Amino acid sequence: MKDNPFSLWVYLSQSPLLWLTVTLLVYAITDAVSLRTRRHPLANPVLHAMWIIGAFLLLTRTSYTTYFAGAQFVHFLLGPATVALAVPLYENRSRVVASILPMLVALVAGSVTAVVSVVLFAEVAGLPRDVILSLAPKSVTAGVAMGISESLHADPSLTAVAVILTGIMGAIAVTPLMNRTGITDFRARGFAAGLAAHGIGTARAFQVDEIAGVFSGIAMSLNALVTSFLVPLAISVLMR
Amino acid sequence: MLASLSLILLCQLIGEVIVRGRGLPLPGPVLGLLLLLLMLLARDRFTILAQGPLGDDGVESASKGLLTHLSLLFVPAGVGVVQKLDLLAAHGVAIILVLALSVIVTLLATVLTFRLVSRLLRQQDAR
Repeated sequence: MKDNPFSLWVYLSQSPLLWLTVTLLVYAITDAVSLRTRRHPLANPVLHAMWIIGAFLLLTRTSYTTYFAGAQFVHFLLGPATVALAVPLYENRSRVVASILPMLVALVAGSVTAVVSVVLFAEVAGLPRDVILSLAPKSVTAGVAMGISESLHADPSLTAVAVILTGIMGAIAVTPLMNRTGITDFRARGFAAGLAAHGIGTARAFQVDEIAGVFSGIAMSLNALVTSFLVPLAISVLMR
Repeated sequence: MLASLSLILLCQLIGEVIVRGRGLPLPGPVLGLLLLLLMLLARDRFTILAQGPLGDDGVESASKGLLTHLSLLFVPAGVGVVQKLDLLAAHGVAIILVLALSVIVTLLATVLTFRLVSRLLRQQDAR
């Protein structure tokens, strides 16, 4: 092995161990930086872990498939973590039940705005029809959004990109935006984060405040349901 | 810990089976979330259920453990975006601007509606 370090690299770069370690290590660093800056929105740990690992893959000419063979163990936990949102929801159930009406009205207003605004802005920007269709479901969690995109015969992989970009931008924008508008109600702030920016917004909300996280998780779940019905309807009305 | 994780996975599994079987337009884990919530509520009603993962803070601490690093779980999918940047090549700037504007408008519409309804309700309560 000593005379051929390249063969060691070839072995390691094909094993899940290396890429799992890289994922955890880079995130541990970006998360520590985020904590050090007292969770500054621009120090978002997902954003920075994403481009650092991405650049590393490009530099080492590693395919995403090889990377994902290791990183899938982390990715898999998204499902169980969604189920786990039941616990903070259960523990704060009295506040949630008391807010049911504002939540439902905000859900309708928010999900309609999410779909209509992206379609209208994209039309103004002169984007081609298939791109607009792929962007329409961008505010819901990736699995559902890609399903919607597929049923519209759009491009699910472009949808996945739009979903992640929306999540990151929402997670960065939410705190400064809410502070500027002077809204201190963490139920409302969290609900908006989950509705507009799905799971990445919810992760951000939990970093800021537990109540915000709970309401964010509810908004994310409800919006997945509403958007599935809304997108085909909005498309037929807005785009002829 | 092991029993608690199994319970969480079981909820997700049942959720996925129902969603796939019925072709429902929501993610399986969201149905799993509802299932776990129902179990926790049922436990308060029927004390006999308060054992195993549902007793002694079992599923609660396992869930909180999973949620402490929720952000980490989005990293693998996020790296996928970096690898697919060529998709954005043709209309990249326009797409990013459209998404940024839309997310800001959506955040504002949602938060303002929530506050408005909440304020209206409180006025009714006061009368």
